[in-house]
Amino acid sequence: MHRPGARWVIPGATLLAVVGSVLWILQAGGYDTARALHALWDGAFGSTYSLVSATLVRATPLLFVGLAVGLAFRAGVLNIGAEGQFLAGATVAVAAGFAVGGWPRLIALPLARLAGAAAGAGWAGLAAWLRRRFGVLEVISTLMLNFIAAYGVSFAVRGPLQEPTHVYPQTAELSAAVRLPLLFDGHRLHLGYVLAVLLAVALWWFLTRTAAGFRVRAVGAGASAARSAGGIDAARTAAWVFVASGALAGLGGASEVTGVTYALYEGISPGYGYSAIAVALLGRLHPVAIIGTSLLFGALEAGAAAMQRDANVPSVLAAVVEALVVLGVLALDHARRGRTD
Amino acid sequence: MELCGGPDGFVSDIVLALEAVDKRFGGTTALTKASLTVRRGTLHAVLGENGAGKTTLMRIAFGMQRPDAGVIRLDGRAVRLASSADAMARGLGMVHQHFTLVPAMTAAENIALGGRGMFSRRTVDARVASLAERAGLPVDPAARVSTLGVGAQQRVEILKALARNARILILDEPTAVLTPSEIEELFTWLRRFVAGGGTTVLITHKLTEALTLADDITVLRRGRDVLSAPAAGLTVNRLVDAVTGDSDGVDTPGLRVTRTPGQIVARLEAAEVRDARGVVRVQPVTVALRAGEIVGVAGVEGSGASDLLRLLAGRLAPSHGIAHLPRHVGFAPEDRHRDALIEEFTLTENFALRDASQRMGVMPWKTLRAQAERVMHAHDVRAPTPDVAASTLSGGNQQKFVLGRELDDRPLLVVADNPVRGLDIRASAHVLRELRETAAAGSAVVIHSSDLDDVLPLADRMLVMFAGRLSEVAVTRDAVARAMIGAA
Repeated sequence: MHRPGARWVIPGATLLAVVGSVLWILQAGGYDTARALHALWDGAFGSTYSLVSATLVRATPLLFVGLAVGLAFRAGVLNIGAEGQFLAGATVAVAAGFAVGGWPRLIALPLARLAGAAAGAGWAGLAAWLRRRFGVLEVISTLMLNFIAAYGVSFAVRGPLQEPTHVYPQTAELSAAVRLPLLFDGHRLHLGYVLAVLLAVALWWFLTRTAAGFRVRAVGAGASAARSAGGIDAARTAAWVFVASGALAGLGGASEVTGVTYALYEGISPGYGYSAIAVALLGRLHPVAIIGTSLLFGALEAGAAAMQRDANVPSVLAAVVEALVVLGVLALDHARRGRTD
Repeated sequence: MELCGGPDGFVSDIVLALEAVDKRFGGTTALTKASLTVRRGTLHAVLGENGAGKTTLMRIAFGMQRPDAGVIRLDGRAVRLASSADAMARGLGMVHQHFTLVPAMTAAENIALGGRGMFSRRTVDARVASLAERAGLPVDPAARVSTLGVGAQQRVEILKALARNARILILDEPTAVLTPSEIEELFTWLRRFVAGGGTTVLITHKLTEALTLADDITVLRRGRDVLSAPAAGLTVNRLVDAVTGDSDGVDTPGLRVTRTPGQIVARLEAAEVRDARGVVRVQPVTVALRAGEIVGVAGVEGSGASDLLRLLAGRLAPSHGIAHLPRHVGFAPEDRHRDALIEEFTLTENFALRDASQRMGVMPWKTLRAQAERVMHAHDVRAPTPDVAASTLSGGNQQKFVLGRELDDRPLLVVADNPVRGLDIRASAHVLRELRETAAAGSAVVIHSSDLDDVLPLADRMLVMFAGRLSEVAVTRDAVARAMIGAA
């Protein structure tokens, strides 16, 4: 069981099981399976446009938020509030973007994005504080904070941040100074993706090579031994990781508004924060592997939209797949532990 | 309730009897022809050291374990107890040392747990309230157990037994976790319960408790009953001899090396430990440890010995007083799986744990791997490479690795809590030899072991904890065993 690569047996087996389930669902639902799969592939990878402007654009927020969830889980912090932290980041980044929109891009853009990251950190910090001060389980608090953030966005786009005509429930558009540069002419992919990939590699390096990263892993893998044998303040380490995780998710929200939508509106996240749990778990919480799984899920969501258009298969199938992945990884993990213990 | 008569209608005076009970767990013998005879309407104390078989015998009486041989009689009639539910149905109740309550439920819900039929909160609350009233055990039925103090939780445990019509109540070390006033209340209640026709079996290691409270006393030693008599005719000395077995003189001073004690390396000054409730676990203690000496620590569970150890290891800050300790104290905790090793980490990573809190910047993995490898060779840790997960090692090799890591930077003070628990003879001998060599090389070494035979041959001094109080006694089995049961 300690062969290198053995840790990828579970994700592999999960994927196989999920693909099998999807085929069965398509069959049982009476859909034209071949056509549906063709549409799925076409929508995700069929053309340069679908790959670059659909799949990768959707993979970007998933990567940011997947890294956020993966980092938190690594330290034993069950942050399932990446959705709320993403929304907090998006909202504050837009507000900041309006405030500094007239400034030079080199200053304004990083400022707006930093504001988003700080907002995500603060939103997570609230849950971290509740946990340390009152022992509130973060699974509960972060989930609740997700709803508050979603309604906060609704309020913002109907109130203080609504566009000047006060007709649509959304903000005005950000000025060019706070928009991320596009990577290719005519395509929607923006610099945020490159940043996310670099962040993933940096996070991997942090976790495996630095002393602080080692402490994070130790707290997650054995908090009691980390305290007793390592003298590590486990609660404090976990709190910092919680906040950093929120910052990553907030940065994801900031990237979405400065890179893709240029405005804030309700439903700006189709549940990225929840999909990210599947992304992180399938990637075994390994930052570099999360690059791959976020791409896979980005493709799935892009392809699911095409599948609905061309083969009439409801796009919620993507959500079904995500749920199956989470269940599959957890169940197989449990089965394997049960066998080896 | 009809009192169960004997075979010929005669109501036996002996309410509970265990006759010639044998019990083995794997290779170890817990009980050999152990007997216990409890008279109706009496309080019967069962005394003995750690591992003497007290708890095993009572678990057999309560149907939790099946004896390998021997007979259990209730009211004179031989019975086979299939389970603790079976025992409860026959009028036995047991209050375990570690309570078996659901913290999130109310007192009444805990008492109703395991009952049959419909659950109505109002009826149950009313019934529990009236039961508590009748029994004289004040408990708020609606209070959540997690909000109750230990004394109140124990009352809930007793009510749980009484609600099932227990007429024989077995209590396992009930005073270990109580405050003095709570102990007094419990004793008053127990006397009343017995006076009202109930029967109580009290498992304890405290001699005075047994002498002042019990009608009859049975002493177990090494799985046998060695004394059984009315308390009135017994003295402390007689009990001590029975508990410790004065003839088992296993003092083997041959291993000790006479050394001149070196300078003081660690010192506690009026250091006191209180738990979260504010109950004193370690009374203010002042003690100095010198370079080159091996200090043995003894004490039964709940005596505060493990708190003293964590205090000396710097893993627990005193609530009052001062602990002067070296910068790094080598510490081999009792539960190495939980507190010393991260099982999924490699040996290199586990080695790196030691300085993890102070390290900055990048981890020097190459150096650390070499150091871990050196520790493996120096301490005979059998593993192919330092890159394997700690979980793949045997218990003995894990312990050798932990010790190797903790001794590697030559700490001035080493604290080992039950360092040979669960190890085979070879690994035990290896670990104890290493600790001896560490002291010879100039460190102060503190060893606590539940088995006195492990620590007595090594120790230059013996510190004994009893009910949170520290005393220093002569390094003999007799003196230590007496101090452990408060008879010094």
